[in-house]
Amino acid sequence: MSLPHRSGLYDPRYEHDSCGVGFVASLKGKPTHDIVRKGVEILLNLVHRGACGCDPLTGDGAGLLLQIPDEFLRREAEQLGFSLPAPGLYGSGLVFLPRDRVARARCRQVLEDKIIGTGQRLLGWRKVPVDENALGLVARQSAPAIEQVFIGAEAVSPTVFERKLFVIRKWTERTIRESNIPSKDSFYVPSLSAKTIVYKGLLLAQQLTQFYRDLDEPLLTSTLAMVHQRFSTNTFPTWQLAQPFRFLCHNGEINTVRGNAAWMFAREQLFDSEVFGEDVRHILPTIAPGGSDSATLDNVAEMLLQAGRSLPHVMMMLVPEAWQNDEMMPQHKRDFYAYHSCLVEPWDGPAALAFTDGTQIGAVLDRNGLRPARWTVTKDGLVILGSETGVLEFEPEQVERQGRLEPGKMFLIDLEKGRLIEDTEIKEELARRQTYGKWIRDNAAQLSELPDRLAIQAPTSADELLIRQRMFGYTQEELTMLLLPMAKTGQEATGSMGTDTPLAVLSDKPQLLFSYFKQHFAQVTNPAIDPIREELVMSLENYLGGEGNILFELPSQARMLHLAQPILTNADTAKLRFGHPETIGTPATIPMVYSVAEGGVGLKAGIDEMCRQSSLALLNGHSLLILSDRAASEYQAPIPSLLATAALHHHLMRNGTRMRCGIVVEAGDCREVHHFCLLIGYGAGAVNPYVALDTISHLARTGQIPGLTDPDLARKKYIKAIGKGLLKVMSKMGISTLQSYHGAQIFEAIGLSTDVIERYFTGTASRLSGIDLDVLAQEIALRHRVAFPTRTPRNRALEIGSEYHYRAQGERHLWNPNTISSLQQAVRNDDVHSYERYAKLINEQADGPITLRSGWTFVDSPAPISVDDVEPAAEIVRRFATGAMSFGSISREAHENIAIAMNRIHGRSNTGEGGEEPERFIPLPNGDSKRSSIKQVASGRFGVTTHYLVNADELQIKIAQGAKPGEGGQLPGHKVDAIIAKTRHSMPGVTLISPPPHHDIYSIEDLSQLIFDLKNVNPRARISVKLVALAGVGTVAAGVAKAHADLILISGYDGGTGASPQTSIKHAGIPWELGVSETHQVLVKNDLRSRVVLQTDGQIRTGRDVVIAAMLGAEEFGFATAPLVASGCILMRKCHLNTCPVGIATQDPRLRAKFAGKPEHVIRFMFYVAEEVRTIMASLGLRKFEELIGRTDFIRVRDNSSNWKLSQLDFSDVLKPADAAPGVGVCKTQEQDHGLQNALDNELIVLCKDALETGKPCSHELPIKNRHRTVGAMLAGEVARRYGGQGLPEGTIRLSFMGSAGQSFGAFATTGMEFSLEGDANDYVGKGLSGGILTVRFPAASTFAPDENILIGNTVLYGATSGKAFFNGMAGERFAVRNSGAITVVEGVGDHCCEYMTGGRVIVIGRTGRNFAAGMSGGYAYVYDERLEFTKLCNTEMVELEALGEDDSKFVLEMLQEHVERTGSTKAKRLVADWSSSVQRFIKVVPTEYRRVLESMRPQPAAAE
Amino acid sequence: MGKITGFLEFEREDIARRSVQERVADWREIELPVLQEQLTRQGARCMDCGIPFCNTGCPLGNLIPDWNDHVFRGAYAAAMDALQSTNNFPEITGRVCPAPCETSCTLGINAEPVSIKQIEHSIADRAFAEGLVVSQPPRIRTGKKVAVIGSGPAGLAAAQQLNRAGHTVTVFEKSDKIGGLLTYGIPDFKLDKQIIARRVTQMSEEGVEFRHGIEVGRDITFDQLRAKFSATCVAIGSKVPRDLAVDGRGLHGIYFAMDFLEQQNRRVSGASVVGDEISARGKHVVVIGGGDTGSDCIGTSHRQGALSVTNLEIMSKPPASRAESTPWPMWPLVLRTSSSHEEGGVREYAVMTDRFSGIDGRVAKLHAVRVAFSDGKPSRVPGSEFEIDADFVLLALGFLHPEPSGLLEQLGAGKDVRGNLKVDASFMTTVPGVFAAGDCQRGQSLVVWAIADGRRAARAIDSYLMGSSELP
Repeated sequence: MSLPHRSGLYDPRYEHDSCGVGFVASLKGKPTHDIVRKGVEILLNLVHRGACGCDPLTGDGAGLLLQIPDEFLRREAEQLGFSLPAPGLYGSGLVFLPRDRVARARCRQVLEDKIIGTGQRLLGWRKVPVDENALGLVARQSAPAIEQVFIGAEAVSPTVFERKLFVIRKWTERTIRESNIPSKDSFYVPSLSAKTIVYKGLLLAQQLTQFYRDLDEPLLTSTLAMVHQRFSTNTFPTWQLAQPFRFLCHNGEINTVRGNAAWMFAREQLFDSEVFGEDVRHILPTIAPGGSDSATLDNVAEMLLQAGRSLPHVMMMLVPEAWQNDEMMPQHKRDFYAYHSCLVEPWDGPAALAFTDGTQIGAVLDRNGLRPARWTVTKDGLVILGSETGVLEFEPEQVERQGRLEPGKMFLIDLEKGRLIEDTEIKEELARRQTYGKWIRDNAAQLSELPDRLAIQAPTSADELLIRQRMFGYTQEELTMLLLPMAKTGQEATGSMGTDTPLAVLSDKPQLLFSYFKQHFAQVTNPAIDPIREELVMSLENYLGGEGNILFELPSQARMLHLAQPILTNADTAKLRFGHPETIGTPATIPMVYSVAEGGVGLKAGIDEMCRQSSLALLNGHSLLILSDRAASEYQAPIPSLLATAALHHHLMRNGTRMRCGIVVEAGDCREVHHFCLLIGYGAGAVNPYVALDTISHLARTGQIPGLTDPDLARKKYIKAIGKGLLKVMSKMGISTLQSYHGAQIFEAIGLSTDVIERYFTGTASRLSGIDLDVLAQEIALRHRVAFPTRTPRNRALEIGSEYHYRAQGERHLWNPNTISSLQQAVRNDDVHSYERYAKLINEQADGPITLRSGWTFVDSPAPISVDDVEPAAEIVRRFATGAMSFGSISREAHENIAIAMNRIHGRSNTGEGGEEPERFIPLPNGDSKRSSIKQVASGRFGVTTHYLVNADELQIKIAQGAKPGEGGQLPGHKVDAIIAKTRHSMPGVTLISPPPHHDIYSIEDLSQLIFDLKNVNPRARISVKLVALAGVGTVAAGVAKAHADLILISGYDGGTGASPQTSIKHAGIPWELGVSETHQVLVKNDLRSRVVLQTDGQIRTGRDVVIAAMLGAEEFGFATAPLVASGCILMRKCHLNTCPVGIATQDPRLRAKFAGKPEHVIRFMFYVAEEVRTIMASLGLRKFEELIGRTDFIRVRDNSSNWKLSQLDFSDVLKPADAAPGVGVCKTQEQDHGLQNALDNELIVLCKDALETGKPCSHELPIKNRHRTVGAMLAGEVARRYGGQGLPEGTIRLSFMGSAGQSFGAFATTGMEFSLEGDANDYVGKGLSGGILTVRFPAASTFAPDENILIGNTVLYGATSGKAFFNGMAGERFAVRNSGAITVVEGVGDHCCEYMTGGRVIVIGRTGRNFAAGMSGGYAYVYDERLEFTKLCNTEMVELEALGEDDSKFVLEMLQEHVERTGSTKAKRLVADWSSSVQRFIKVVPTEYRRVLESMRPQPAAAE
Repeated sequence: MGKITGFLEFEREDIARRSVQERVADWREIELPVLQEQLTRQGARCMDCGIPFCNTGCPLGNLIPDWNDHVFRGAYAAAMDALQSTNNFPEITGRVCPAPCETSCTLGINAEPVSIKQIEHSIADRAFAEGLVVSQPPRIRTGKKVAVIGSGPAGLAAAQQLNRAGHTVTVFEKSDKIGGLLTYGIPDFKLDKQIIARRVTQMSEEGVEFRHGIEVGRDITFDQLRAKFSATCVAIGSKVPRDLAVDGRGLHGIYFAMDFLEQQNRRVSGASVVGDEISARGKHVVVIGGGDTGSDCIGTSHRQGALSVTNLEIMSKPPASRAESTPWPMWPLVLRTSSSHEEGGVREYAVMTDRFSGIDGRVAKLHAVRVAFSDGKPSRVPGSEFEIDADFVLLALGFLHPEPSGLLEQLGAGKDVRGNLKVDASFMTTVPGVFAAGDCQRGQSLVVWAIADGRRAARAIDSYLMGSSELP
C-alpha cells in the first residue's frame, strides 16, 4: 500500500504530488448533509486537476474531511450495540488495516493497548461499509480493510483529550512500524479526533461516494467539508498519501522538505515533557517515515498545534509571508516573524494550504502566490474556497463577493463565531500575543553591533598568498574568469557552450570536493523563481546560534546572532571570534586541518578530532562554532571545508545536539557561488572565504581589475556577487529564503563512496558510488605538494587551470583541437576516415575518461551480422533532431542551414525559443524547407502565435535547459536586430528576458493543462516536454507522462547554451546516462513507457553515444553542438558576447558574413553517425533499431582497474535493466489519450463551420463550466491553419458564453474571433492571444462592485502577441505577463502585473498589487491611481513613471469607451464622463530602454537655421 | 580577457625590419623593436578562444592567449611569468621559430592570424631589459649528478630544468662555444649570439656547469662519463647532412650549408676559422634547398658580397595562400618569403639538379631539368634541361641523423630505421639511465621541438632519479 522500495535508479523519496484543493463551510453554524454533498461536488469539479495512471479507473487519490457527524455515528453505534458519550467526549476515525485477518487483529490489538495505555476507553469498532466495485483494478488490489474506532474520553478537558488521541495514534503507528506484523504497511489512521473525520482513498472523485457508503447517509452532517484531488508522479497504489491529512491539504510542493524534516528531527531532541508528560517518548518521531511533503508538513503542524499554538499561528510560523523586504509591514508584525525565524525556518515552496481543526477552517498561500486559490462568499452564509472558481454554481445575485487568496495571505473562518476573519485581523491578533519585538531587541545580537576587533592581517606578501592559493588549488583561470568578474561587476560571470571536461570523479587533476556535487533545481512539480525580478520574496537573512525548545515561546529563544547575509569579511570574523557576552557568548574555534602525511587515515582522524572538540565546546556552553583552516601549514593540510562542515553537522545531528549551536566556516577553499551553496546547504550558517577575499584585495591592489583599485570596494562587490549567486541557486530550486536553504542538502553527489555519503553527507542523493577518503586525501596531498614543493623553485604563476577554456597542459576536453579539426575536415571533404578518427578520439577517450560512458564497452556478441542486413542509415537519421537554439542566439544563416539539412534527411530541427519567421513555413522552390518542424514553447513565449503553433510537427515545452536548468535567459539588446525583433514580436535593441519558470506551469497539473492547450491548438503535433537530468527526473517524467506528453526529452547537464552563469554550466544537473536510465526504469516500472517517446540530448557526438543512449532507454536523439561544429563552430565560447568569429552565434553582419557552413556538412555528420550506429548494431547482431532500446545487458563495464578513480565507480544501478512486468511495453507503442474528443471546441467548430470554410460571419451563445478548459484554442488552430497569421476579418466568429469558464479560456484566439463571457473565469484567460478579442464581465445580476471582486484568475494574457481583451473586474497575479502585443483593460490586478512585458498596452482602472512592471522592457501600462499608492507598488528598476501625454490620453479614452461598450463597466463610464479630471489620476509606465530605442528611431527634425 | 572586439578593430601588423640596403651591409639582427602601442593592438586581436588552437599548435604548449592578454593590459612581468612557465628560451623562439602557433590561430580561419611571434619576442626582450630574468636556483640539492651531452636547445632546456629540480648538471659541448646550432648554425642577423650568452650566464648562476671543447666519445669515453653521473641526457642533434649524389659533386666550390654558415658565424664572433675559407664574395651562388637553412645561406651570401644568388627547390611553387590540401589548423602549404628572400636572388621551383660541371676542378655550371609532379612523385619534363652559372654551390638539403661514430658507437643504444636514437615514452634510450632529447632521437626538427623534448626528458629523468617529479 506504500510506495515501492528503492531499486536501480528509482527512489521513492523523489515522488511528488500536486492537485486541486477546496472547501466549503457554512457561517450559519448548523451542520447539514448538504455541505457534505457540496464538498463532493467541488471534488467532482476538480477532477481534471487530478490524474490517472496506467489504469484509467484508478485515480491518484481523493478525500474529504468533515466534522465528526455525531448524529450519524451515534446511530451507527447504537446499531452495533454500544452507545457514545456526549459529543466531544469521544473520538473516532477510520483505520486502514491489513486485509489479512490475523495481521488485522494484531494491529487492532496494538491500537486498543495504546488506548488503555493512555488511560482512555475503547468504545467499540465498526466495519465501514464500502463498495469495492467502485474501485479501479489497481486500487482494488491494494485496498485496505477499513474499520472505524471509537474512543471514550477520560481526560480533564477537550484539549487534553485531543492530545491523548494524538498520542494514541502516534504511539500505535510507531509500535506497528517497529513490529513484525505482516503487511503492516497497510496500517494507517487517516484521522483520529473528537472533532474531525477524514474519508479518503485511492479514488477518483466520482468513486468517493460510491465507495464510502456513509457519504450518502443524510444523517452524515457537517458545517464544513475540506476536499482534495491528487495528481501524483507515480502509478503506485498509495492509499495513505491521498489527502486531506488530519489538519490540512495542500496543492503545491514543499521544496525544502528534506531540510525542514532534518531540522525538525534535530529539534525533537530538545523536546521535554512539560506539554506531553511522559507521553513525549511515544509521539516521536514527529514525522512519520514514508510520507509526502504534504504529509510531513501535516505532521509538524499537528505537533505544534497539540503543543498549544493555534492553527493560524502554526501556519504563520511555518509558511510566513515575505516580510523581510516589505517596508509597508507594521513593526510588530515584522517582530513576530523575526522572532519565529529564531525558532523555525520557513517551509518553502508553492503552496495553497487549506487547514482546519474542526472549528476554524482557513487557507494560506505561499509568499510567491504560486498556486491559485479562489473564494466565494454567498449571501446565505456559505464560503467556498477552491483551486478554481466555478467549483460550485450559484445564481449571480446570490454571490456576496468573490476573491482570491493573495501571496502570503491567510483566510480564516471561525465557525463557532460564525464569521470570516481577514488576513490583517488574524495576524494583528497573533502578532500582539507577546512583546516579540522586545524579546528580539533584548536577546538577538547583530553583527554590526559587535565591537570592532583587529582582523587577522591579510597576507601582505604576494608569496604568502600564493602559497595559500596553491594549497587550495586556485588557478589563473579561476582568478580571471570567476573572481575578477565578480569583483569588477558585482555579479557572477557569464559563459557559453556546455561543459566538456571530466566529471570530478573522472578527472586526473586534483578536484575540490565541491566539484563532486551537483545542484538540484526545480522542474515541473514546482517552479523556479526569478530572484531579480521577484526580489521582494527573496531573503539571505539567517539566525545563528543555539535554539530552544520549539514547543515553547520564551524570550531567550531569540538569543541568536542575526546575519543579513551569510558571507563574512575577515574583519567580521575577527569580531565574531570575540563574541558578545550578553547574547551569543564566545564562539569556539575548531581547527579544520589534519596531518597531510597520514593520508586518508589522517583525514578521518582529523575529522573525528574536529567533531570531538566541537562536542566538548558545546558541553562548555558555546553556542557558536568556528571551523577554521587557518592553521594549515607545510605539514597540516586543510580538511576540505565541505567535508568538515557536513561531517560536523551530521555528527551533531546524530548526537541530538545540532540545535545547540550555529556553525561558522572560515575556509580558504571556498570561492565560487557553488561552494557557498554547498557549505550552507550542509549546515554552515556563515562563511568567511578569507583566501578568496585576500586574492581579490591583491588583484585590486595590483591593478588587475580594470577600473577598480580599491580593495574594500572589490571585496564588497565580490560578496554582493556571491549573495546574488546564492539567491539565484536557491531560486532555481524554487526556494526563497536562505533560512530554508540552510541545511536542506539540495544536491546530488556523483562518484563519492557510499561510506563517505552515509557517514558525512547523510541523506544526500548519490547514484554512483565511487571514491573514498583515501582518494580524497590523495587529491589534497597533490595540491599541498604544489604549494610546498620540496626541490623546485616556486613558479611565480599559478597553475593555468582549464575547466572552462581548453589548454594543452590543463584538463581534458572532449572538444579539443584534434576532435574539432577531424570532424570539420570529415564533413567538408566528405572524408569518412577523418570522421572515424574523430569518433575514435571521442569514443575511446584514450588519454583518460571524460564521460561516464567511456568506462563502458559492448559485450561480445556471439552472432554478429553483416552491416548490409542492418536497417538503412536513412531510417536511423529520422530519429535525429537538432537542439533548441533560437534564432537570436545563433545567426539566421546558421539556423536556416541546420533546418534545411534536417528537413532534407527527414530529421527534425528546432526553432529554439525565439519564434520563427512565417516565410520559413513555406517550402523553397527547389524543394528545400527552412521550416523547423519542432517549435519550441519556452517561458518567454517569444513569437508563440497560433500560426506558429499550427506549423509544427512537434511542440516542445522547454521546462529546463541542460546548461542552466531552473533559469531563464536573456537576449541582450545588442543581439536583437530588426528581424529578430519582428520574429519575437518586440523592439530592436531592447533586451528580452525569459523568466525562469513558465508562468503557467507551477505544478504538474499546470503542465498537464499546457499540454492540453497546445494539443488543442494543433492536434496533429506531438507534444514534447524537455527536462534536465537529475536524481528524481524519472519520477518527474512519470508525472509528465501522466500529464499526457507524447515525448519526453531528457537533457544532460552538459548541453550547450548561448549564455549562462558559469556556476550553472558546471554545477547544475547530471549526465544524461543517469537521467535516461532512471527515466526509462521508472517509466517502465509505472507502465507508462509505452505511451511516450523517450529522447535524449546533451553532447551526443558519435554513433556510439547514440547506441549507449538507446541501450539505456532512449529512442530518439538530439544533437546541437556537434552539428554546429560541423557548420564551422570552433567552441570560441563567445556566444554571449556576439563576437563569434565564424558567424554562428552572432548577429553582427560583419561576422555573419563569415559563416561558411553548408547543409551538406550537417547531413554528412548525421549520416556518419548513423553509419557508425549500423556498424555497432551489426557487431551485436541487431537488424532493427528498436532491438537496442533498453538493452543495458549489451553494456559491459570496462576493466578500469588502472584508473585511481574510475576503478572505484559502481555502475550497477545505472545499468540495471528496467524490470518490466509481463505485457509492459519498453518503447513507445501506443498513443496518449488527450481527451480532445470531450472538448467544447468540437461543438464550436461545427457551429462555426461556415465561418471557417467561407468566412461567413456567425454568432452563437453557449453555457460554460469550469470543466470546459481551453475553450477556443482548437477553433483558433483551425482558423490559423486555413488563414495563416492574418486570421479572419474582425468579427467573423462571435461567441458568447455564460457561466464559469475553465482554465485557458480564449487561449490563442486569432484575429476574427470574438469571445465574450458573462460569469467568471479561471487562470490563463487569453494565453497566447493572437489577434482575438475577449470580453469577460460579471453577470448582469450580480450585486457587488466589479473592481473589488475577482473576475479572472492568474497569469492572464501570458505571452499574448496581439488582440484585445476587456475585463470588467479584477484579475489575479501576473496579469499580462510577457505580453508582447495585446491591448487590454482591466479593473484591478494582483502582484507582478505586466511582468517581462515587451509590447502591447495595459490599462488598469483599479488597484494593483506589488511589483508592477518587474522586468518590463516594452509596451506601456496606464494605471488609474485612485488611492495614490501606485508609486510604491511599482518596481521602477526598468521603467519610469510619468503623466499621460496627449496621444496617450486619446488612446486611453478610446479604449475605455470601447470597454464601456463591450462590458458596460460603470467605473469606466464614470471615468470617461469626467475624463479631464480622471486623466490626471492616470500614471503612464514606460520602460526606460524602450523609450530610448523609440526615441532613437524617431526621425530627427531638421535643425532650424 | 583581452579586448573582445579587438580582432574586428585592428589589422595585423608585422614586425618591422631594417631596410634591405642597410641590413645587408652588416651582420646585426634585422628586426626592429616593436612599439608598445603596436603590441597592445596586436595583443588585443587575440580572441581568448574557448579552444586556443595556437596552444596546441605550439609544441611547447605556450600559453599564448594568456600572455597576449597580459600584453594587452601592459602586464609584462606577468606575461613573462606565463611565457617562462612553458618555455625556457622565449627570446630564442621569439626570433627563430617558424611559428606554427600562428598558422593554427583561429583568427586565421578567415582573417590574418594574431602576430604571436612578435609578441613573444617583445615580451622576452623587455623582460631581459627590465632585469626580470633572474637566476632560479633549486631549493635543495639532491646530490644526484646528471650529464647532458650537447648544448643545443634540447640540451640547454634539459639542463636548466634538471638543475632547477635540484640535480647537479654538467653540460658537455664538443665545440668551443655553448649553443649548438643556435650558436654556429643560425646567422647572427637572425639571432644575435649575445642572446645565447646571457642565457648561459643565467644557467651558470643557477649552478649548471658547462664544459665546452670536450667531445664525449673522443676526449673522454662514454663509460668514463657514465661512471661519474647518475643519468645522462644525449642531445647531440642530427648533424649528418643529406648529400646530392650527382656527377660533378666532387668539384671544388660545392659545400654543405652548415659548413658555410658555421664559418661565417665564427668570423662574426671573432673566433678562429678552421680549414679553408668558404666565401660567396664575388661568386655566382646557387643554393639548393628551399628550407630555412637555404634561406640562411641566401642571406649570408648577400652579406658576403655574392654576385648573384639562385635558390633551387625541387617542389612546385606553393600557392600564395593556404593550399586546400592543408586546411586550417594544419601547417599550411603556402609560399613563404623569408627576410633573406627579400634581400634579393632568384627562386626556381620544380627544378632538379642533374650534374655539375667545372673548370680546373672548380664548379662552374649547374645542369638542371624541370620536373612535373604526379601523385606526389617528380618526373622530368622532356626538353626542359637548362644550365646555370654556378661557381659556388651550397647544399641545404636537410640532415639525416646523428653522427654514428664516436659517442653513439660507444653508447651502443638502439636506433630507429632512420638512424636516430630509439627512445621510449620517457625519452630513455635502450641503455638504462641514458636518455635522449631533440633531433638526435626525433630527427631534424624545429628549435621549439628541441626545447619541448629537453623539458619532457628532464621531467622523465627527474622521475627516474627521484621516483616522482615536480617539474612541469
